[in-house]
Amino acid sequence: MAGIKVRNITFKYPDSEAPVLKNISFDIRPASWTAIIGHNGSGKSTLARLIDGLLIPTTGSIEIDGVRVDETTLGIIHQQIGFVFQNPENQFVGATVADDVAFGLENRQIAPKEMEKRIDSALEMVGMTKYKDVEPINLSGGQKQRVALAGILALMPEVIILDEATSMLDPLARKEILTLLKKLKDEQNISIISITHDLNEIELADNTIVINNAQIVKDGPTADVLKNKKLLTEIGVGIPVSQQLQSLLAARGINLPNKYLNLEELKYWLSQQLQ
Amino acid sequence: MAKSAVTVTNLHYTYPNTTKEALAGVSLTIQEQDFVAIVGQTGSGKSTLVSLIDGLLQPVSGQLKIAGLTIDASTKADQLSKIHHHVGFVFQFPEQQLFAETVAEDISFGPHNLGWSERKIQEAIDEALMRVGLPLELKTRSPFALSGGQMRRVAIAGVLAMQPGILILDEPTAGLDTQATNELLALIKKLNDNGTTIIMVTHQMEQVARYANRVIAMNEGAIVADTTPQQLFSYPDKLTKLSLTLPASVEIAQFLNNNGAKLENTEPLTLEELANEIVKAMEKNND
Amino acid sequence: MTNKIVFGSYVPVESILHRLDPRIKLIMCIAFVILIFFVNSVLTAVWLFVALSIAIKLSNVGFKQYWQGIKPLFLIILITVAFQILFSSGGKTYWHWGIMAITYDGLINSLIIFYRFIVIITASTVLTATTPTFQIADALAWLMKPLRVIRVPVNQITLMLSIALRFVPTIMDETSKIMKAQRARGMNFNDGSILTRIKHLVPILIPLFVNSFKRAEELATAMEARGYDPNAARTHYRQLLWHARDAWAGIDMMIVTVGLFCIRIFF
Repeated sequence: MAGIKVRNITFKYPDSEAPVLKNISFDIRPASWTAIIGHNGSGKSTLARLIDGLLIPTTGSIEIDGVRVDETTLGIIHQQIGFVFQNPENQFVGATVADDVAFGLENRQIAPKEMEKRIDSALEMVGMTKYKDVEPINLSGGQKQRVALAGILALMPEVIILDEATSMLDPLARKEILTLLKKLKDEQNISIISITHDLNEIELADNTIVINNAQIVKDGPTADVLKNKKLLTEIGVGIPVSQQLQSLLAARGINLPNKYLNLEELKYWLSQQLQ
Repeated sequence: MAKSAVTVTNLHYTYPNTTKEALAGVSLTIQEQDFVAIVGQTGSGKSTLVSLIDGLLQPVSGQLKIAGLTIDASTKADQLSKIHHHVGFVFQFPEQQLFAETVAEDISFGPHNLGWSERKIQEAIDEALMRVGLPLELKTRSPFALSGGQMRRVAIAGVLAMQPGILILDEPTAGLDTQATNELLALIKKLNDNGTTIIMVTHQMEQVARYANRVIAMNEGAIVADTTPQQLFSYPDKLTKLSLTLPASVEIAQFLNNNGAKLENTEPLTLEELANEIVKAMEKNND
Repeated sequence: MTNKIVFGSYVPVESILHRLDPRIKLIMCIAFVILIFFVNSVLTAVWLFVALSIAIKLSNVGFKQYWQGIKPLFLIILITVAFQILFSSGGKTYWHWGIMAITYDGLINSLIIFYRFIVIITASTVLTATTPTFQIADALAWLMKPLRVIRVPVNQITLMLSIALRFVPTIMDETSKIMKAQRARGMNFNDGSILTRIKHLVPILIPLFVNSFKRAEELATAMEARGYDPNAARTHYRQLLWHARDAWAGIDMMIVTVGLFCIRIFF
């Protein structure tokens, strides 16, 4: 299983003066869920692209499962890491759902017979089996993102990076994708890195890395980050419903447990109190 | 008694080359200064309805009355386009429709088309930029050199510059982060307070709960509910059937009551209301 | 959007023609178009027309769909035919005015042109109505295979072609959205002189280009992330397999060809 080691990376786009990322270091444990959050333009998308080798850092190094990311290892890296982008339409390559899932397999030179099996099982994992021969114009955004996930799962990756992958979806589709990801992570032992500003998505992460002004300002358990209202407001993601409600209740004189409660935990705690 | 801004009577619409009716007999009245949310699945007819209200489609049968204009199947195209003097339409991802070399030029596109004088147009540009909270220095910049959030504001300014009395918005906050979302909604609310009628198509039930005084739910080309947000949320099963979600405050309240709590109000529209309900119920428990 | 315009007008029904291999259909279509230029008499014309009618019948696609294919081009056909009638000379003259004249040869020529237009359009519609566009792309790729010998990058061209086809509905959808948005901002497409109308294209085309470039960039990154390397070998998911029915279709096409030349020689 793949752990990720990021060491002292700095990245500067050729046409800009200031670096987007300055001396960033962190580790990601195998089979964990990490959220990377920050302002628009804070460099979080750049970081995701660096991890996948779509960009190469100006200085510093990134290792995936002991393999250093550079021009010579891109083949291995792209196999280990699946990337879901923000716009569902612009990552759909194939003429039909099956063709799109096949795209990555074709690049890996998988034999056509083997492909069929892998496509079927990948589509089953994301619940899109009956759409196998459907053309993209007849799919919703949420369905296209499921197909994107299937295309990744067919390659049996170790890591999935989501770059604001749910931000263009409606709330129901977003909820469904997140439920699916949670299931995949548990069943397939996949690490997930999600670049996001959606609080529901952040809440699913074990760890959260906060980037501001090109640097990591916080890297720790998600609960610690979500408790930090000042930081959350500063980076524009807002405050989770659970924390808002807890503040409101505290202000009305209710004694709450002295630890971070996510929404599910808070609901459970409240229903105990109201019996 | 408020005046009606839009009156729709038994409106039908079918897209060319299709057989199924996209709108199957819709009637409604929107009062001036209403903040109406339109909710429903993709394909429920909500986009068709707002396109008809903006004169972008012509009804197959039925009638629309907007700002003294009456539109039906026999209305001429030039008459139809007069609607744009009164109704503004902010499409989903409006920044994807920017085209001009400078911000000022892009914003002036609408007012120019309406045939306004140059002086009036210049005033309208400045006012629109101020409304969306952008500095006037941006006027000479290229819209394509701005950040994503600024581009959205410029696009919205392009619609506001036409000074519409009725403003239609289709998912205006899609893709924005929480802070930008809240700022944009505050702007829309302010327009509403200053007299603009708002018709907002949205999937975000928190926004419906917080801002709308009325919500219209659509399904299969028909209106299935036309009521207050509070009323709509009191039928969670119906919402599920329409693939709609509940706002967090209502969802939590209903979860608690389903698990043995006895909150009096099961449709608190805000977290503040929910907190008050919980405190009330706890005090009662302690008595 | 509810009014989806599907490029190539594929009609998804069941028929023997739908089941045929796209390669044989493409070859037959090309062969048929070539044969049309060998038509030299009423009998040969009728012979090909009968063959085409059988294909239409076998396609299980309604006559109305074929008419939809011809309709947008009908005006152009009529204008071409009218020019032929009025401006060609030779044979008996029935009527003339200035340089315009209706002559026997003119009438015959225009009739031939009319016939060719209709038959060629209908024949290609039989192909597009019974074959999804991506299958036509596959068939084209197969036909182009020999070009590899002269170092034509057939694989890249095919991928490019299939991606282009894949994005046609997306771009059409987007065009109609942008047009709608600019109309909402008071733009009137039907107003003004030709110059104003051309000016009206700017607010449509600029956003369309800007968005398309952005799309292209995102798509390229996504393809790279999915392991695409233009210089590396790839396998192909869609394997085209010849069946007995494809051989029979080929034999039928030969019968049509031989029949045509027999009529030319013996009648």
